[in-house]
Amino acid sequence: MGAFTTKVGLIPYIMDQIAELLSRSEELANQSGQSLSTISRKLLKDGKGLARLKNGGQCTLKTIERAFAVLLELERKAGMSAQAPAKTDQGGQLTHLQRLEAQSIHIFREVVASCENPVMLYSVGKDSSVMLHLALKAFYPAKPPFPLLHVDTGWKFKQMIEFRDRKIKQLGLELLVHTNPDGIKQGIGPFSHGSATHTDVMKTQGLRQALDQYKFDAAFGGARRDEEKSRAKERVFSFRNAAHHWDPKNQRPELWSIYNARVAKGESIRVFPLSNWTELDIWQYIYQEQIEIPELYFAAPRPVVERDGTLIMVDDDRMPLKDGEVPQEKMVRFRTLGCYPLTGAVESTATDLTQVIEETLLAKTSERQGRVIDKDGDSTMEQKKREGYF
Amino acid sequence: MPDSSTSQTNVETLMQSGTKKDLLRVLTCGSVDDGKSTLIGRLLFDSQQIYADQMTSLQTDSKKFGTQGPDIDLALLVDGLAAEREQGITIDVAYRFFSTKARKFIIADTPGHEQYTRNMATGASTADLAILLVDARLGLQVQTRRHSYIASLLGIRHVLVAVNKMDLVEFSQRNFNSIEEQYRDFAKDLGFEDITCIPVSALLGDNVTMASQHMTWYRGPTLLQHLEAVEITNPSDETGFRLPVQWVNRPNSGFRGFCGTVAAGQIVPGDEIMVLPSGQRSTVKQIVTMDGDLPIARRHQSVTLTLDDEIAISRGDFICSTDHLAGQSDQFQAHLIWMSEKELFPGRSYLLKTCNSTVAASITSLKYQVDVNDLSHQAAKTLHLNEIGVCNLSLGQAIAFDPYRDNRTTGSFILIDRLSNETVGAGMIDFSLRRASNVVWQDIEISRNKRAAQKQQKPAVLWFTGLSGSGKSTIANLVEKKLYDMGRHTYILDGDNVRHGLNNDLGFTDADRVENIRRVGETAKLMADAGLMVLVSFISPFREERQMARRLMAKGEFIEIFVKTPLEVAEARDVKGLYARARAGEIKNFTGIDSEYQAPTHAEIEVDTVSSPAEQAASQIVDYLKKEGFLDFDETS
Repeated sequence: MGAFTTKVGLIPYIMDQIAELLSRSEELANQSGQSLSTISRKLLKDGKGLARLKNGGQCTLKTIERAFAVLLELERKAGMSAQAPAKTDQGGQLTHLQRLEAQSIHIFREVVASCENPVMLYSVGKDSSVMLHLALKAFYPAKPPFPLLHVDTGWKFKQMIEFRDRKIKQLGLELLVHTNPDGIKQGIGPFSHGSATHTDVMKTQGLRQALDQYKFDAAFGGARRDEEKSRAKERVFSFRNAAHHWDPKNQRPELWSIYNARVAKGESIRVFPLSNWTELDIWQYIYQEQIEIPELYFAAPRPVVERDGTLIMVDDDRMPLKDGEVPQEKMVRFRTLGCYPLTGAVESTATDLTQVIEETLLAKTSERQGRVIDKDGDSTMEQKKREGYF
Repeated sequence: MPDSSTSQTNVETLMQSGTKKDLLRVLTCGSVDDGKSTLIGRLLFDSQQIYADQMTSLQTDSKKFGTQGPDIDLALLVDGLAAEREQGITIDVAYRFFSTKARKFIIADTPGHEQYTRNMATGASTADLAILLVDARLGLQVQTRRHSYIASLLGIRHVLVAVNKMDLVEFSQRNFNSIEEQYRDFAKDLGFEDITCIPVSALLGDNVTMASQHMTWYRGPTLLQHLEAVEITNPSDETGFRLPVQWVNRPNSGFRGFCGTVAAGQIVPGDEIMVLPSGQRSTVKQIVTMDGDLPIARRHQSVTLTLDDEIAISRGDFICSTDHLAGQSDQFQAHLIWMSEKELFPGRSYLLKTCNSTVAASITSLKYQVDVNDLSHQAAKTLHLNEIGVCNLSLGQAIAFDPYRDNRTTGSFILIDRLSNETVGAGMIDFSLRRASNVVWQDIEISRNKRAAQKQQKPAVLWFTGLSGSGKSTIANLVEKKLYDMGRHTYILDGDNVRHGLNNDLGFTDADRVENIRRVGETAKLMADAGLMVLVSFISPFREERQMARRLMAKGEFIEIFVKTPLEVAEARDVKGLYARARAGEIKNFTGIDSEYQAPTHAEIEVDTVSSPAEQAASQIVDYLKKEGFLDFDETS
């Protein structure tokens, strides 16, 4: 009995609903210029559905409800519904981090779609961490379809290597580690040969060896244009000749988001997905996405000695101490990570991300200052890059 | 030591403010010595983006290379490469970054040097707004005009004219007003949406970030205020959804995601889409990201879509909203900027790369060259480095596109030299040169190799006629499948497909429709001669042309099949969205709307797609063939 009553009550209700659906659909057709059959197909998955209803056809309550839900969305799109939020109110403008993220993802995918054998250079630092995070996003739910390459100079912080190995295992990615065998044979190191030779042999030449050995035609790097003046002119897709050299005067024009990844055999492209990110963006993104970065970025008591105004951490016993030099335990952290003998620490009490970010943002010293390499001469970075340093 | 809780709050405020900012991309351009680098240096300096160590090295550099005597030279903050320092000019596009509470800015710094048009175009291609520097002493220069034209050509709609070095003209209002007046007059035809003129002194900082004390007559915003407040509108916001498919994500057989960056519009799960060029329809199932499915995807977002149906989609395809399709064509008129030392060779095969595909292309004719100084047109046989021209291009295969004025992402391309792999040109599509843009391709499911495998059969031409959307192609495909299953050798000539190739020089006027059918009839005849069973699926609206085709074939070989679907029904289906566009007046000469269809009176077969499914119509046709002995060929005969 109850069911019967309900049914009797339902029929006029459905009739009213159908009438409303028809009149609103016609209004939408007038406003949006779509034909009634197009709207019908969207509402009822049937181009003739509305016509049938108009001729006295019936449908179930469920169908009507679904049709109204779609209709509301169509009306909103056509700008008809007063209550419906306008496009921009829905956050139509992406934030700058969303824009940067989207651009980086676009770059990753473009390389994978147009290069045969790409690799991602992974240096374990915060920029590499952000780059890895973006690569994971770009190919989700697949894994990034390329290996990671770490050019290990043999002088990286121990904690970097631990972090690297743990992270790679956790993510189930492929990691290639390359250390220049000639350098090992000759016993090249920053203390015995100086920072310039060490960097050239173990880093620059090591990288070239690895790229040649695996025949990579594209290599992702984490460099940013804001890091250093000569990098401000770097392309996102940066062409390198067969000798891995960069010619700043002869770069391919790069327009819109169309990237020319074509190379002849032996030539390659360095790709910088973080080109348009600044240091602040990187920190904001790490904060927003809760990206894990090595402990070395956070202050902790560490044994350091002061040399030429720079605090160097004694990470292992290969570091020869000069007369009178005694490692002192200081609360320090690192703004960039590299070879421990070449990476200056800063005294700090920032032990968590928030504090690190605050210190960083208040700091009036740009981040590469901790790197001994930049000070070698005036146009040093540009020279190194011409020769193939990343 | 910073108190932890305060620090927490500060950073959170900063992080949150950071995530609410949007991004403005700015291009700076001006002649040599207009003071661009100084202006950018000033913006960086005053918005405190300069670190202490950079300041120290700036002081050192100023002594060494500076042009400001004992004062620091802000230009040195931005002049990067060693070679530039020696020459005292910037020689390439450099990108600078700074942010304020309101916005993050990316500045493309491009040189004012005469021979570096290509660099400016590069910087302009991604910029929302152009800052044009004008030296208050010199007024508008040839280069000001050139830069304005290039900015306009590359689709920049917002211009800020910074009348610089006001300190050198005693902050004269008259001087400023006259430059503003001249500029507005000059730029009135360049299509800028808004032009703002601001008197500044980059050297002293007047009206850059702080209101000038010297120019109280000026009541407008400072340069930075304007940059923070200007609202950028994009024509592409108004168009339908576009996802140029960049990469297909197939981690396992259970997942097929189509990846790309949304070039226009927005999409929500459940929306109907059409894939170009295949014309297949489906609906969006999910918008997949690592952070969970999204309820909506908007312009600029890089997303992965899954669809309700398993359809073949690959890199180069466009996923579009069905109510506003992108065009597709293989013949274009475009504006072209030449960027190589080696001149353009019309007729040579270059590679044309768009936002998601690479195809062969050649310049079929160079219509004229644009003199960027006075915008006059000049006849030209080639383009040299930094020259701009208007040309016709022919592509090896059709691409989906929008005109550049509607969408900078889907309307742009670069040209690549096949041998050197250099980027030699950059182009902006004006329009398609043919109606092919309205024609959606059909799948042809049987490969040629299979058809060639055997050929013992009776040739026939099955001529399907009927309105667009009547079901001709669907039925023809089904019939071909059935015949193929029986081991027959077949081929479909489809109206849409033939129009992309053999008949791509034809439009939709009555005269062209006649020629269209004549050629198809001749082709079908050749194929029938070769022993094939040819299925011709054309609207073929006119009785006379169908008769003409009948006369071409051997007696008894021509089978006319009328796919009888009333206009209302065909229009309600509107499989390719063409009726809606014809009704909206976007397509002219559309059969059934404003061009006549003459129904056959003596067709061999009539099929009804209103009351019965396509499958049944196909069976009806195959039954007819059996009855008439077309399938009776056996090995002994």
